[in-house]
Amino acid sequence: MILHMIRLEQIGRDFRVGDQTVHALNDISLQIDAGEYVSIMGPSGSGKSTLLNLLGLLDRASSGRYFLNERDVTGLSDEEQAHTRNSQIGFVFQAFHLVSRLNAAENVELPLLLAGVAVEERRARVARALEALELADRAHHKPDQLSGGQRQRVAIARATVTEPSVLLADEPTGNLDQHSGLAVIDTLEALNARHITLIVVTHDAAIGRRARRQIKMVDGRITADQTSQHASA
Amino acid sequence: MPLHSGDVSLFAWHALKGYPTRTLLMLIAMAIGVAAVVVLTALGEGARRYVSAEFASLGTNLLIVIPGRSETAGINPSTMMGETPRDLTLDDAGSLMRSFSVRRMAPITVGSANVIAQGRQREAVILGSSHQLLAIRHWQLAQGQFLPRTDLELATPVCVIGSKIRNEIFAARRAVGEWLRIGDRRFRVIGVMGSEGRSIGVDVHDTVIIPVASAQQLFNQSSLFRILVEAKSRSAIRPAKQFVIDTLRERHQGEEDVTVITQDGVLATFDRILKALTIAVGGIAAISLGVAGILIMNVMLVAVSQRTAEIGLLKALGATRQQILVLFLIEALLLSTLGAALGLAAGQLGSLAIRYAFPLLPAYAPAWSVSLSIVVALATGVLFSLLPARRAARLDPVLALSRR
Repeated sequence: MILHMIRLEQIGRDFRVGDQTVHALNDISLQIDAGEYVSIMGPSGSGKSTLLNLLGLLDRASSGRYFLNERDVTGLSDEEQAHTRNSQIGFVFQAFHLVSRLNAAENVELPLLLAGVAVEERRARVARALEALELADRAHHKPDQLSGGQRQRVAIARATVTEPSVLLADEPTGNLDQHSGLAVIDTLEALNARHITLIVVTHDAAIGRRARRQIKMVDGRITADQTSQHASA
Repeated sequence: MPLHSGDVSLFAWHALKGYPTRTLLMLIAMAIGVAAVVVLTALGEGARRYVSAEFASLGTNLLIVIPGRSETAGINPSTMMGETPRDLTLDDAGSLMRSFSVRRMAPITVGSANVIAQGRQREAVILGSSHQLLAIRHWQLAQGQFLPRTDLELATPVCVIGSKIRNEIFAARRAVGEWLRIGDRRFRVIGVMGSEGRSIGVDVHDTVIIPVASAQQLFNQSSLFRILVEAKSRSAIRPAKQFVIDTLRERHQGEEDVTVITQDGVLATFDRILKALTIAVGGIAAISLGVAGILIMNVMLVAVSQRTAEIGLLKALGATRQQILVLFLIEALLLSTLGAALGLAAGQLGSLAIRYAFPLLPAYAPAWSVSLSIVVALATGVLFSLLPARRAARLDPVLALSRR
């Protein structure tokens, strides 16, 4: 039996909008193995962000089953979901979502603080995470003192400081210029090279094509799922 | 996942510092509430202590016998028959010493007269009494001696003068041993009163004290203004009062025509009134704490709205509902604690200012009001933050993250 990092079985996600039911995801079945680099592409409203939210346990499926590390996480309580997010999943957002009043190190420290990690260990892990992303000299800078690329790298450091098994990036280059965007993708790919499963949602075909496996979505369905031999790796 | 209390406090502190205007407004609101409770209860307590001290200065275990019944105001059989209430006499006063429950007794006659010595004169209050008045009223002598221990009927021509009289009549000269003319009689000054200052009814500085019989002759009257009786102990007050009433009823042909006021009774009444007043003003001030609580709730609701994306992020990073709730409640608790501390300091400063401006008023906030105002402030802060904190905890992370 093959063990998958992520396994979705006939996942559906419906939203009520007034009297209407909108089917954001339809019958999605998908397996992603540990260490894979997957891009999810599609036009606006295709359901790619909804799928990412489900994968990140920020949202719940209306139907189907979701296995993470072969554990059924479909019916987890809110608290169990929160624990799983904290320990196994890292998020990188288009808007960075850094807390403006905290400096870079404090932002990176947040998931460890929520995990109840002791202060000495937190500081050591934050220092390592910032060092790995070449941000050690920016540790005490507030977000508004950092460039867009640096902010996204701080966000990546925050996403990886808990050493998650899956990294979910939602349009990670959307708010960056081309140069910074490519640098951020390079950083994410470097993390993937260290066997972190990387799933990137993007509408930028050039970014999407860098992934070894490319999933295309239209109207809440997977229309293509192909593995490229010529991807960045 | 337990959050470390130090981490939560630090996070809350960063949040408060991150929104200085909001934080300052809430601190001021909470501080005003606590300061109002502290200052107003200090005023109430000050008034209570002032009145208590004034009554205590009258003497200990004191009974005051006044001619006439307080409840016989208006028409009664004796007034219909053209009678007036019987006067208190020196014999009445003398009879009150025949009880084991009575320690001391001092008859009182009051009038005013010109006092003259060495070419200087002025109008003064003349108090006729006996040697036991000094002990009953806990007064101190500055010089000489008090009235001699003689028979109450003996009109000895001696007087004890207050310090103000001494200064104005005798200036820098020695007063004790000099003659002082009071009205048309001459009295030898045998003592000068100390500087106790005012007590209820008598300004000792401005009074001349002479034997009661001398005062009766001076003012040509046989009645007494009142009789002061000191019971032997606190427990003897009740039997002493009964003895006074029984004795005077017997002496006044079976008619109970005197009023006996116990110091404790009057004091207890004042105490009750002023305590009620203190609680009332404290309660009114506590309303401002409630108002502060509502302000905190409003501002925290705005804060939750402002920080929706942050809450979404925390949830994405693995914060549980419980953790979000705790983070917001600790923030409110920190704010309330700081506000309460600030208010307490302001209240104590206010009380100090009152004591400085009115030295007679011991305006110290009672311990109960200080503790209660702090407890109410903290409870208000936390209670009124529950709704915003719960709202934050229940936010949908996807929707929250989509808010900028």
